[in-house]
Amino acid sequence: MKLGKVITITSGKGGVGKTTLTANLSAALASIGRKVVAIDTDIGLRNLDVVMGLENRIVYDLVDVIEGRCRLKQAMIKDKRVNSLYMIPAAQTRDKMSISPTDMVLVCDQLREEMDYILIDSPAGIERGFQNALAPSDQVLIVTNPEVSAVRDADRIIGLVDAAEKGPAQLLVNRLKPEMVARGDMLSINDIVEILAVDVLGIIPEDESILISSNRGTPLTLDNGHMPRARIAVQNVARRIEGESVPFIDLTAREGLLSKVKGWFGG
Amino acid sequence: MGWITKLFGDKKNSGSVAKSRLQMVLSHDRTDITPGMMAAIKDDIISVLAQHLSIEADQVEVNLDQSGTESRLVAHIPLPSTRRR
Repeated sequence: MKLGKVITITSGKGGVGKTTLTANLSAALASIGRKVVAIDTDIGLRNLDVVMGLENRIVYDLVDVIEGRCRLKQAMIKDKRVNSLYMIPAAQTRDKMSISPTDMVLVCDQLREEMDYILIDSPAGIERGFQNALAPSDQVLIVTNPEVSAVRDADRIIGLVDAAEKGPAQLLVNRLKPEMVARGDMLSINDIVEILAVDVLGIIPEDESILISSNRGTPLTLDNGHMPRARIAVQNVARRIEGESVPFIDLTAREGLLSKVKGWFGG
Repeated sequence: MGWITKLFGDKKNSGSVAKSRLQMVLSHDRTDITPGMMAAIKDDIISVLAQHLSIEADQVEVNLDQSGTESRLVAHIPLPSTRRR
């Protein structure tokens, strides 16, 4: 029997990339052979399904499981592109009050027995949806962008995670633009770490290929042959979750062929 | 002179502006002390001190100071220039 780990991906502020990172991180962990299920807990505003490209295969959802209309297995959509990746969609026509933190703990306890990782895509906000996503969590990843509003909201979430005794949370800084940091027009990683006083688990550069992969419904980490820096950055997060110590990629270097090749090996 | 600074820009980079604005707003968020409360605290400090000392009210500053996750109230109260007695 496995004893899977529950990782909650949250942010407070909407639109910082929680769902995209959940999809890509799940796929990255599955690609290195782990059994992974990603759960969309954004009841009423589901999106993990489209980002992962699994929207046409939904029969049952999370609320169906909780209200006993199907077995857990029936709501788990198996990704056909990689072994051992599953997704449980949110219900689209219900609201956050349809599930409780206790329901989430029960569902995740069942999933732990078969999965290595259970990744929970949290809704934005600090209300019930966030509480649902936090309740079963063993590790909390807070997604932020290098901008004032997102960092402010991350600070609030860090406080709430600590108060719920689920901390210390770790940070994923998404959409960093190294050229803007270089000319002083963007908060740097050091600024953010100094302000928030938390550990950074990943730094993901702004990258068009992320949007392109969402357009196609193919997580970047499943798109073989395509190796932009954002993909390497997410794969590195997966390796760090696995306990490996992986240095951050040098984002100040221009992304020439050489640095791409270096990235494959060292990054 | 105005046009020179406009041309060459002595403005701080927006990244460091973002950082200092964040530090300010987070010190208020974390302590739950609003700018309005800060003003009231400052007024009260001035009126208490004025019972004992002659101070220049417009020189008094009371700020929230943030280092790491630790916050403190910092009051800056200059005394009028003193003659040796």
